Amino acid sequence: MGVRRKMALRFDLIIFTILLFASPVLSDLILSKVDRRFINEKLKNGEDFNFHLAIPCLQIDLTSQIVENEGSEPVSEVLLAFPDLQVKDLALLKASPHEGKGKVKSLSASLPVENVKPNGMPAALTFYAVKLPKALGKGDSYTFDVLAVFAHALRPFPEKITQADIQLVVFQESAFYLTPYVVKVQSLSVKLPESRIESYTKLENTKIHGSEIKYGPYENLPSFSYSPIVVHFESNQPFAVAQEVVREIEISHWGNVQVTEHYKLVHGGAQNKGEFSRLDYQARPTIRGASAFKYLIAKMPPRVHSVYYRDEIGNISTSNLWGDSKKTELLIEPRYPLFGGWRTAFTIGYGLPLKDFLFELEGNRFLNITFGSPMNELVIDNLIVKVVLPEGSGDISVSAPFPVNQWEETKLSHLDLTGRPVVVLQKTNVVPEHNQFFQVYYKFSKLSMLREPFMLIFGFFSLFVAGIVYMHVDMSISKSSAAYLARLQWDEVQAAIQQVENVINRCLTTHDKLEASLRDLSRTGDVQACKAARKAADGLLKELSKELKLVLSFLQSSSAASQILPKVEELVAKEKDLQEKVMAKHSTVVDCYEKKTGIRDSENRVAAQQQKITALRQEVENLLELIDEI
Amino acid sequence: MAAAAKAGEATLRHAFGNVLSFFILLLIGVLAFSIRLFSVIKYESVIHEFDPYFNYRVTQFLTKNGIYDFWNWFDDRTWYPLGRVIGGTVYPGLTLTAGTIWWLLNSLNIPLSVETVCVFTAPIFSAFASWATYLLTKEVKGAGAGLTAAALLAMVPSYISRSVAGSYDNEAVAIFALIITFYLYIKTLNTGSLFYATLNAIAYFYMVCSWGGYTFIINLIPMHVLLCIVTGRYSSRLYIAYAPLVVLGTLLAALVPVVGFNAVMTSEHFASFLVFIILHVVALVYYIKGILSPKMFKVAVTLVVSVGLVVCCAVIAILVALVASSPTKGWSGRSLSLLDPTYASKYIPIIASVSEHQPPTWPSYFMDINVLAFLVPAGIIACFLPLSDASSFVVLYIVTSVYFSGVMVRLMLVFAPAACIMSGIALSQAFDVFTRSIKFQLLRILGFSEADAGDGSSANVVPENDAVKVDKSEETIKERPSRKNKKKEKEQMEKAQAEKTSAKSKTEKRLLVLPMELSVIGLLLLVFMGAFYVVHCVWAAAEAYSAPSIVLTSYTHEGLHVFDDFREAYAWLRHNTEVDDKVASWWDYGYQTTAMANRTVIVDNNTWNNTHIATVGTAMSSPEKAAWEIFNSLDVKYVLVVFGGLVGYPSDDINKFLWMVRIGGGVFPHIKEPDYLRDGQYRIDSQATPTMLNCLMYKLSYYRFVETDGKGFDRVRRTEIGKKYFKLTHFEEVFTTHHWMVRIYKLKPSKNRIRGKMKKSKSRTSTPSSKRSGSRKKNPWQ
Repeated sequence: MGVRRKMALRFDLIIFTILLFASPVLSDLILSKVDRRFINEKLKNGEDFNFHLAIPCLQIDLTSQIVENEGSEPVSEVLLAFPDLQVKDLALLKASPHEGKGKVKSLSASLPVENVKPNGMPAALTFYAVKLPKALGKGDSYTFDVLAVFAHALRPFPEKITQADIQLVVFQESAFYLTPYVVKVQSLSVKLPESRIESYTKLENTKIHGSEIKYGPYENLPSFSYSPIVVHFESNQPFAVAQEVVREIEISHWGNVQVTEHYKLVHGGAQNKGEFSRLDYQARPTIRGASAFKYLIAKMPPRVHSVYYRDEIGNISTSNLWGDSKKTELLIEPRYPLFGGWRTAFTIGYGLPLKDFLFELEGNRFLNITFGSPMNELVIDNLIVKVVLPEGSGDISVSAPFPVNQWEETKLSHLDLTGRPVVVLQKTNVVPEHNQFFQVYYKFSKLSMLREPFMLIFGFFSLFVAGIVYMHVDMSISKSSAAYLARLQWDEVQAAIQQVENVINRCLTTHDKLEASLRDLSRTGDVQACKAARKAADGLLKELSKELKLVLSFLQSSSAASQILPKVEELVAKEKDLQEKVMAKHSTVVDCYEKKTGIRDSENRVAAQQQKITALRQEVENLLELIDEI
Repeated sequence: MAAAAKAGEATLRHAFGNVLSFFILLLIGVLAFSIRLFSVIKYESVIHEFDPYFNYRVTQFLTKNGIYDFWNWFDDRTWYPLGRVIGGTVYPGLTLTAGTIWWLLNSLNIPLSVETVCVFTAPIFSAFASWATYLLTKEVKGAGAGLTAAALLAMVPSYISRSVAGSYDNEAVAIFALIITFYLYIKTLNTGSLFYATLNAIAYFYMVCSWGGYTFIINLIPMHVLLCIVTGRYSSRLYIAYAPLVVLGTLLAALVPVVGFNAVMTSEHFASFLVFIILHVVALVYYIKGILSPKMFKVAVTLVVSVGLVVCCAVIAILVALVASSPTKGWSGRSLSLLDPTYASKYIPIIASVSEHQPPTWPSYFMDINVLAFLVPAGIIACFLPLSDASSFVVLYIVTSVYFSGVMVRLMLVFAPAACIMSGIALSQAFDVFTRSIKFQLLRILGFSEADAGDGSSANVVPENDAVKVDKSEETIKERPSRKNKKKEKEQMEKAQAEKTSAKSKTEKRLLVLPMELSVIGLLLLVFMGAFYVVHCVWAAAEAYSAPSIVLTSYTHEGLHVFDDFREAYAWLRHNTEVDDKVASWWDYGYQTTAMANRTVIVDNNTWNNTHIATVGTAMSSPEKAAWEIFNSLDVKYVLVVFGGLVGYPSDDINKFLWMVRIGGGVFPHIKEPDYLRDGQYRIDSQATPTMLNCLMYKLSYYRFVETDGKGFDRVRRTEIGKKYFKLTHFEEVFTTHHWMVRIYKLKPSKNRIRGKMKKSKSRTSTPSSKRSGSRKKNPWQ
């Protein structure tokens, strides 16, 4: 795929000592001293600019310049010039007042920079104007630093290497500082990561100090001086480039900010050609696979939870998470080591506590969260940040520390009716310096939070109501169809049979009572009580038989009951039989007691009766059960 | 008023019982679902194994392109260069089900991914299946047996093995469809309702959509109908249960593209039509019998039988001639291997090579159904007491499925529900007997009755009398169950005797009650057995059947070690090769490669074209140059082999290699199995034959393997490899995974022609088209 220019070249510190000499064409500015430093190695925290520059593949251009006004007009702007070719890879351009080395430069102290198109300038250049804090009068001078970071400025050369080869890269620049102003003194130093330098352009005044190449100082350069230099050096640092990163930040007012990040990663260094031998890689990973990259570290906020790391075919098990109260670090390894030109894609996701990122301000809420990816060693070609706000948010506005493309979408998710508003921010050439906080302001009423629970409650409620209604409503279509009528009839018959059963059961209970009275009699010998019980039972049974007659006549008239009728009739007959037998037994026993005849004698007689009763009772119960089942 | 109260309480208790069984069923569903989540918890939410990946891919296509594109889908990413008509060759039930669930959820704004839906389809349907089992068993033997059977089915290991979360395979849905079809058949048989008959045909249609195993239904139900007719149980209900099923079911089945006219043309469906005719004849006979006097009827019978026999013989002769004229007798290979277990190993090595088509071993029965194996006979006995239409059906079901499960491991899955139903019946009956005995004995011991029940005069009256004395409400509670039990008692007593061979006096059936101690011990033993079953099932679900097989784990002294090599290789292929590159591998990995790596494969797990598979097998068994030619003629760019020698992964390609030789040799006779065997033994050490040591599979597996430890010790075969140092001339290694389990090679481009050699290689390397025809002699591809 041709030259993959995926290294991010960072020009940090162009020390623009813009001497303000009278330049007749422009204003009368002169750059009195320009110190340029190209840095292509890991910078430690706090060194030079206070950025967490741990990216091996970025080249940093730091220029510090002193501007002097030699003209009479006060001047408040200084122009910076870049060739158009470079501008398309320009990731970051920043100017700040020079405060000496090692000093911390806060972001607020930076000078405003804007794109301008001054007249009469060469066409292939793009200009940026730095606004000075106060206009320079005649003879005044001002020192400031410019930081420019370029992605894709380093090129691997050769473009294809084998697994065993070391990776060489080429860096091209101009030895002279490209500026519309006259430069009095200019020096350039190029700092390289490793001491091995394949070749470099030798000009006059070129010195090499270990891994640092110094050009200059050159004096009294006219405006737009240009002298190309090429440095070819070894860099086994892997070029991790994300072609596209989509970050989705979803806010839930129930206490969570869910971040999901989709990465499409590629190793932007020299492409691997020929065999990949796992054996060589495992045996001598530093030699055979020096330029392969093995892992990335994501620095995430503290109290992050539910972290996952997966791709489209499942979880990726090679990751490690640790953290303390200040930060959480996630080390992720791709499924396979990435050699030059190899690609991979994955997704990481994590939840953050809402209270750390969402604040309220004068009735507005705002989300305050970092813009870039948590991975520090990554250059992102195209970053899309989507902020998904809760359903019902309004008055949305975004404040970002640098220009981004911005539009809005809606997203339908769990229990949404109208969809959630989504703010989409898009930026190309993102480097870790862009990992700054941005804010999304919106209005959201607390009552809207209750909408979803209420929807659920209502949903379940109506489900149950529907169930109840279904159970109690007659759903049949035709009220006159034969089947429907038959069913109605059948229902009636069933009710009648139920009644019959009830009556029989009550009869049986009455029999039991009689039996009980007999037992009492045998215990106490109280004949009168027994007789009373008998009387009561008689009355009850009479009533019951009346009831039974009514129901039976109904059953006989009903055609639907024809199947079951014989059984019912049998049941009734058996019951009557049983009743008689019980009565007979009762009278026998009572007679015996009254006449005081031998109790032994009576027991013999009763035993015969008792057996019949038991058998009958059994039959009645069987019948009851049978009918029950029908 | 007492009676009214009692009746009220009865209905209340009835309602209470319903609510109780509803909640028990709900819990059974939850159990069935959650016991299958071990794979998600222990591993991850991922599709398992091989076939599920294909189903997953089809589902993705369906959700993306819609149903009409799905029916017309011609898949050009597999079986290159032939392609495969997916819409017409796949059982669409599972895919459509999951697709519908996904669509429903998404239209309700629940944005679940297709993968999530696919992963959880199987557990959801196993909950459905256990509910269906409840319904079926309830129709056969009542609600108690139903609940027991449902609980047993919810966790039977055999079914778990095919339906853990992520096991997105046809069987997951098909078992539910199978049981619900049987339930509706029994329901129709019991009620004679045309409504259920129609539902039955629809359930059958769903089963046909889901799984090729539907032929089991369409043979079992006719068998049962025939059984009913033979035993004189013909009724109009039987007619309603069967005739609509055949007519509607066949029409519906023919709508499924993969079945189509097979529904009337193949022998698998023949039995259903034959029985359909017999049923009508019998129905006619019964009708005529009804309208004729007995004497007339006798005359008519002799007349019809003599004429009918002649006609029948003629028809059968024609049919036999027709069937016999086709080489496979109208049966498909898989069905034939069911009828004749030795058929596949004799004629179709590709069916025999699949491990799940082997007959099971005895331990696998114990593993898969555990204690159910002992309960099944008791259940069968219970089904004969008394024998009803429904219980004869389940007896027939278990007898046939036992046979089928004995032929193929895979069909253990059909056997499992039958075993659960039988065991459910057995358990619930046994519990019934024991608890009832205990209850009666208890009452007797408490000694309320003054009518000293020593002679057991009124075991049924006693509790009632006692209850009357104690309390009204108590009476109702005691009385009712005892009455309920009575019917069962009759059946149980004999069964209990048969089972326990109790030496109790057999005075009167319904009064037969086991002694207290025996019942308590029996009950405890049953509970203990149930507990053992549960423990075993949980163990099986957690340990044995949850591994997704694309991720392997092992426990070492350092802790858990994960082998994720397959996905590493597939991810590499997906991201680092061209979209249209063709990848050759043994067919096992075809589905995974198309689904996970999204690359075109030559052969895959749908083994529809034996010749094509044989071509790949031949290439793998050929020396490097011949293999290169075969692969090159197939446009292959990468060759993928699975190699377990470094970490000891036993199911790698070297162990499968003999099947490649056999299948390749079956089509291309120049590959001969004996060439790869030394004295009938398969070995890869220094004793191995030169053919073996020079074949492509050997070389790709062991390329530079010796450099890992200096000796080349293969941990799977437990031996040093035979040929240690060699170079590849036509292939180059492009990727090997972390544990060397997957190795991917690239075909080197053909060399520029040198003038002197032009003549020699002319036929081979001119244009691709002439290459193919020119190399016909050497190249088995064509």
